[in-house]
Amino acid sequence: MALTKFEYNSFDVTPVASNGFAFNSTPNGLTTASAGAMTLIKTQTASDVASVEFKHGTSDVVLDGTYDTYLFKFIGMHPETDATDMTVNFSVDTGSNYNVSKMTTFFRTQHYENGTSGVVAYIAGNDLTEGTGEQYLNQDGSMGADNDQCLAGKMYLFNPSSTTFVKHFMSDTIEVNAGDRCREAFVAGYGNTTSAIDAVRFKCSSGNINGTIKLYGVTK
Amino acid sequence: MALSKLQYNSINVTPTAGEGIRFNSGANGFETASAGGNLVKLSASTASSSATISFTSGIDSTYKEYLFLFNSIHPATDSANVQFQGSTDGGSNYNTTITSTYFQAQANASETALEYDGGQDLAQSTNFQTILGKEVGNGNDESASGMLRLFDPSNTTFVKHFLATGNCQDTEAMSRQGFTGGYFNTTSAINAVQFKMSSGNMDAGTITMYGVK
Repeated sequence: MALTKFEYNSFDVTPVASNGFAFNSTPNGLTTASAGAMTLIKTQTASDVASVEFKHGTSDVVLDGTYDTYLFKFIGMHPETDATDMTVNFSVDTGSNYNVSKMTTFFRTQHYENGTSGVVAYIAGNDLTEGTGEQYLNQDGSMGADNDQCLAGKMYLFNPSSTTFVKHFMSDTIEVNAGDRCREAFVAGYGNTTSAIDAVRFKCSSGNINGTIKLYGVTK
Repeated sequence: MALSKLQYNSINVTPTAGEGIRFNSGANGFETASAGGNLVKLSASTASSSATISFTSGIDSTYKEYLFLFNSIHPATDSANVQFQGSTDGGSNYNTTITSTYFQAQANASETALEYDGGQDLAQSTNFQTILGKEVGNGNDESASGMLRLFDPSNTTFVKHFLATGNCQDTEAMSRQGFTGGYFNTTSAINAVQFKMSSGNMDAGTITMYGVK
């Protein structure tokens, strides 16, 4: 007789909410197993769009006190416009406004495909001093739009739901620059607000954007 | 017919300790797979006027990499550093020899800098190591957040490397990202880790330890 459905209590383990099951250590039976500490919350695949937004409570996005640490991953981010950049901003009103005051630092490495100009440098024009505008995630005007050019990286956002502390974030991106350079950018700072951040937006300074952005929550 | 028990070998896969079960790529059978992802929460501690926060269990050969996440670490004393040390005796002593590097990017309204800070690195020292950026402010909304990775702590052949990065806000309205890298210069296993502020207590914040499969 083919089995088409298992009852949850048909496995000889004690059910634990949100846990999976795995072979035990012997292994001659089954036991409950943690579901893992990094949960994929949402994947958005952008195709020639003005921006990508993650709003708490919209389209299954969770961005609240459920997790203390959130991780965004950028995969194959490709601009429609050459020599632009990818930016981020935060909202405390679920995306009605993206204008959180930010204090940030920005430095990057670069190396040309022809082997020259390997360097690391702080780029003062790319940081923010209590600015409410967009924060560059790669150097301004740098992102290449050739068919094979793109950006990849990640950004951590810490404790966004806190109503006591500022909200720290750190990103690390790698790109093919419009001038055929490899550039890695390190951005860090804090949203200088004690309001909860409940939405995050990514876009290009000019033109539309393509690519995949994944949002993960890390179990606290 | 109700199923009262499923025999472990009634699923046509080779049992592997600690592994879970999933549908295979053809979706026509089962196979073993990592149970629950590759990041496993091990323990967490919340600071509350704490002199130290120690992790004295769970650091062993189960994982080759351990990750500590820090959220909103708030010092009681202004301009104190978040620091850590490792123990080879289960937490009786935190005095393992460290050699390390430290650099930082920082900015406020009047200055920006990307610099190596020789005051925060260690050279064969048993002192505590600064992480997450130095001089965290103690204003009501000021804090530090970030992460520390500890590699292969149970290895008894090699030194034990660590990497940390974090961001903090200091009392001069400065955002500072600190990068720390180094190693415990011992071939004994590191089996406990302690965190504290360089001065005063750790008033608030959470530290969570994960194992990376």
